[in-house]
Amino acid sequence: MLNLLNQWFPNVMSRLPEFFDAFVQTIIMVTVAGLISFVLALILGVAVTITKPGGLHPNKIVFNVIDKLINLFRSIPFIILAASLVPVTRFIMGTAIGTKGALFPLVIGITPFFARQIQSALAGIDSGLIEAAQAMGMGLPEIIWRVYLREAIPSIIRVSVITLVSLIDMTAVVGVVGGGGLGDFAIRYGYQRYMMDVTIATIIVLVLLVGLVELIGRLLVEITEP
Amino acid sequence: MSQAITIRNLTKKYSSEDGEKTALSGVNLDIESGDIYGIIGLSGAGKSTLVRCINGLEHYDGGTLRVNGEEVAKLKPKDLRALRSNVGMIFQSFNLMPSRTVAANVELAFRGKADARTKQARVAELLELVGLTEKTDAYPNELSGGQQQRVAIARALVNRPSILLSDEATSALDPTTTKSILALLRNLHDTLGLTIVIITHQMAVIKQICNKVAVIDHGTIVEKGDVFDIFANPKAALTKAFVATTSNLDKVHDLLDEHSPLVEPQPGQVLLRMNYIAKEVSEALVSHISREFSIDVNIIFADIDIVEDAPLGGLVVMLKGDSQKANDALVYLKERNIGIEVIDRA
Repeated sequence: MLNLLNQWFPNVMSRLPEFFDAFVQTIIMVTVAGLISFVLALILGVAVTITKPGGLHPNKIVFNVIDKLINLFRSIPFIILAASLVPVTRFIMGTAIGTKGALFPLVIGITPFFARQIQSALAGIDSGLIEAAQAMGMGLPEIIWRVYLREAIPSIIRVSVITLVSLIDMTAVVGVVGGGGLGDFAIRYGYQRYMMDVTIATIIVLVLLVGLVELIGRLLVEITEP
Repeated sequence: MSQAITIRNLTKKYSSEDGEKTALSGVNLDIESGDIYGIIGLSGAGKSTLVRCINGLEHYDGGTLRVNGEEVAKLKPKDLRALRSNVGMIFQSFNLMPSRTVAANVELAFRGKADARTKQARVAELLELVGLTEKTDAYPNELSGGQQQRVAIARALVNRPSILLSDEATSALDPTTTKSILALLRNLHDTLGLTIVIITHQMAVIKQICNKVAVIDHGTIVEKGDVFDIFANPKAALTKAFVATTSNLDKVHDLLDEHSPLVEPQPGQVLLRMNYIAKEVSEALVSHISREFSIDVNIIFADIDIVEDAPLGGLVVMLKGDSQKANDALVYLKERNIGIEVIDRA
């Protein structure tokens, strides 16, 4: 087995600790950026849902500001966004490179997409349920918490899996602009030094990672769906 | 009886893409405590809007609407929520929370503070009331439509409301289930003293359960009153059309159009329609006129229902006998407050 790996992935096997570090960095970036953007996306998704015309608490200004910001950031290709954010990243995080420097652009890059996904998950809640909740005498916070978020849990998990897969993709891109992780590893060795086995090993690991995320997501949906 | 809901000159407009649309105009209604008040209309007539104004789910533009003496439009958000816990509501599509069990759905409606044991006891009590104790831990998608509506009724009653609004609650149910849900509502009305407002497009629903009815068309009330009176003497064209849907007596006109021999009077025969239009009728009319005036009475159609403990409906009969005696029989029937319509005579 080891022989086989040595034979097929010589450049990876000789840099095993570095490869493992890159993997851990990717996991950290996905987890931390994912968690932060999940919270932000929930807030933004709920805000857009509630303040949109015909929503529970319509507010044109709040709605339009959030809606247009989401559209603005979603229309910038991530690699350009990450590069243009470098000065801001340096100011906020203290550095623009490495895992730490990658977190800020990742959060800014994924949150608008995530917020839209959350918004569509919340839009799937039958308006009759909201009406019933109002008729029961529930206030706005209660309706958000006990109806919108609670009843949308399976959909929220589903869109979170989609978003997480996009986020894994993005972590590879930040490798190009100085972030660490598997993307950086694959670019530096696989692309720039023509070590094809590094590229292939990275692909295999990323495919497995995405598969794992989707599997866990599916299990969670099955558990939460009535 | 005290007033539960008083509506005066209620007006509501919608602004849509093709200008302003009037949803309600000049609506007046007096719903007394203990009424089962039916509001019937075709779809788009404004009945759902009207019922949503009662618990403040919709705003109105003009007029007044008082629930238990309080003007709904003037309530602060907190007071409006308090009002809503005193006004239960059930819906056509049940609107149960799919991720929660039956018990959790009922419990969700609790307003105000109560410890878990009190809540549990109340939920159990309500589920027994609606006959669903064995479904306590089931999920809504495991229940039939009728069962889901029962859960919704239990949920609407959690905070011991004095008023229950029913928005087409039986429209998605089959006739047998509709009957059982209406029987449940009637039972709750009798035992809990609930005032019930029923929105429907089915006259049969009104007939089975309501004591008062208002007919709404294009945002205005075209006719209202006691259910018996409306059924016995409908005045507006729409009301007549609704009443006709609950009776088969109008079939006689189809038969006349087809020149059916059944309704073709032979010499000395009178084709007659008799309608019960007053509550007091309880005599054996047919056998009486047959005996007293020695005429044969051949019943062609009969459709008699009991509404508010009085017979409602009528007969289409063929009278056969001496023409003077037949006329005497008609006079006798008129004196007994029977609506008489001579359809044809030879």
